[in-house]
Amino acid sequence: MTAPLLSITNVCKKFGAVVALEKVSLHVGTGEFFALLGPSGCGKTTLMRCIAGFESPDSGTMALNGLDLSGVPPYRRPVNMMFQSYALFPHLNVFENIAFGLRRKGETKDAIEARVSELLAMTQLSNFGHRRIDELSGGQKQRVALARALAPRPKMLLLDEPLGALDRKLREETQFQLKEIQRLTQTSFVIVTHDQDEALALADRIAVMRAGRVEQVAGPIEIYDKPATRFVAGFVGETNFIEGRLERNGGAAALVAEFGRIPCEPGNLPDGARATLSVRPERIGVAREGEGIAGYVENFVFRGETTLLRVRVAGNVVLRAAAGYGERHAIGDAVTLSFPPDAGTLLAEEPGDEGRNERAAQ
Amino acid sequence: MSARRKLSLGERLVIAAPYLWIGAFFLAPMLLVAKISVSQSVLARPPYRPIFEFSDSLADIWSKAQNFTLDSYRALVSDTLYVESYLSSLTIAAISTLITLIVAYPFALAMARAPERMRPILIGLAAAPFWTSFLIRVYAWIALLKDEGLINNALIALGVISAPLQMFATPGAVVVGIVYSYLPFMLLPLYAALERQNPSLREAAADLGASPAQVFLRVTLPLSREGIIAGALLVFIPAVGEFVIPDLLGGSETLMIGRTLWNDFFSNHDWPAASAAAIALVALLLIPLLLWERARLREEERAQ
Repeated sequence: MTAPLLSITNVCKKFGAVVALEKVSLHVGTGEFFALLGPSGCGKTTLMRCIAGFESPDSGTMALNGLDLSGVPPYRRPVNMMFQSYALFPHLNVFENIAFGLRRKGETKDAIEARVSELLAMTQLSNFGHRRIDELSGGQKQRVALARALAPRPKMLLLDEPLGALDRKLREETQFQLKEIQRLTQTSFVIVTHDQDEALALADRIAVMRAGRVEQVAGPIEIYDKPATRFVAGFVGETNFIEGRLERNGGAAALVAEFGRIPCEPGNLPDGARATLSVRPERIGVAREGEGIAGYVENFVFRGETTLLRVRVAGNVVLRAAAGYGERHAIGDAVTLSFPPDAGTLLAEEPGDEGRNERAAQ
Repeated sequence: MSARRKLSLGERLVIAAPYLWIGAFFLAPMLLVAKISVSQSVLARPPYRPIFEFSDSLADIWSKAQNFTLDSYRALVSDTLYVESYLSSLTIAAISTLITLIVAYPFALAMARAPERMRPILIGLAAAPFWTSFLIRVYAWIALLKDEGLINNALIALGVISAPLQMFATPGAVVVGIVYSYLPFMLLPLYAALERQNPSLREAAADLGASPAQVFLRVTLPLSREGIIAGALLVFIPAVGEFVIPDLLGGSETLMIGRTLWNDFFSNHDWPAASAAAIALVALLLIPLLLWERARLREEERAQ
């Protein structure tokens, strides 16, 4: 791999007594679509503001293209930001908003004209150059904000919850547009979001943050399939946490839970260790009979392509399992749940993990 | 809801209240002044020949209407004293407004950027001078500005100057007085305009390569336009007609329309001339303002 565009090393930041960032280290490559994902208050916005230059880290280093960023004011950084509130200039029209950064660079009139037209076309706003900002819809404002931030050809574009203000339908459409624009411009995009779907859909790599720390940095598939911590497993997607004791029985390892044995891949955990298995609902096989964990359907939610079942098994445990399209179940139906050995991810017991998971099942 | 819904009596009264107020306390007195301004000056009590009286019979109205004259208005144009008073008033008011703006802007900026819990205190301090009499505060400036006043004495004691500077009884003293007295009227609208600016706009400008000076010139300043206009009008309009400050600080050299009016009324007993000058002043200030407001509204409509 070539040298990363942005290297963040051991960055710490406190606001009074509140720790916003604690020893954060990250690398973002050239042309990469990178996501900072986490719940509110996890430090992702602070980290982005440090990259833009609006906040300075208490310690640690940040370098862009090998150049140390400390002490470099925002207006001298080849980084542009798309603000969550868009922060469009209300006294300037669409054209002048997009041209703002180009004018500060002192580009010629013709060059500005050409570049703004190019961006207006790219964001499908060609006829909107003379519109005032308060005459635009939410989606149009979002595109102007994107065009304005891209206009000076930054080395890196920071996007703070770029789709947060859009409605669901528009959001999906805009996700594709963003991906396309990122591909066309070959610019590194760093997106801050609390929405796991957005991060999974857009990013090449995701850093999941919690309480000022980076919990895991990986591609979306790995984050989803091989979460490094219980928090990551619970925050990204839906999952079942099954507590138990690991039994390494030669080749076939299993987690012994209250309600039965669940085959799993033991990793490097020792025999007899207490562990938690994270299993996604759609990886659990649901059948009416056969081998597996027996239970009954307590409730279900139809979701279109799948139906999410709440299945009560022995030991008063409720597991969530997704039944495929066309499989119909009624409340009270007896089912058996089967677990392929590679269905779950085994997580070692961490101190203080209990009760921290917002989306975790029991 | 239809736009032409019938208004209830209560709603009508509420809407009518400000119009009644303006009618009773602005329009009616203005009409009385206008009436005097087209009368002839005489040595009598009152010192003018009324063009009508509410108690007049029909015949009287006709005969009195013969007294209608525009002489006072002709005098405004032909008498250089009036022309010079107007010009001098407008100049002093314009200079004072500009200086007030320059002085108030940094204050307003500091207030708007102060921590939120500090702001009510700062606003209170800005309005604090209103707790003392305006007259006394202007008098205090005499003690500061006069030849053996505080400023001259201090400068002489420090050896900066050997003879006192002539500051009192100059147009400069009037400007100082106006700037001092009207500062809160500039400060508060500026503060209101700056305080509602979204701070992320400044960050966005900086992010796009604008230096702090460019952020101010390209974003902060243009976005405070409404506040600048409101503040400038609140200072300029009363400053043009100001009487107390030029009377106390200006000396006999400083010509301002307020004092010329006073002299006509109380020294020369020429009520029609003074009334005409007053009406002309209102017209001078109001007509450009109305035209400007109309142009602005049209532009806004066109932009919709």
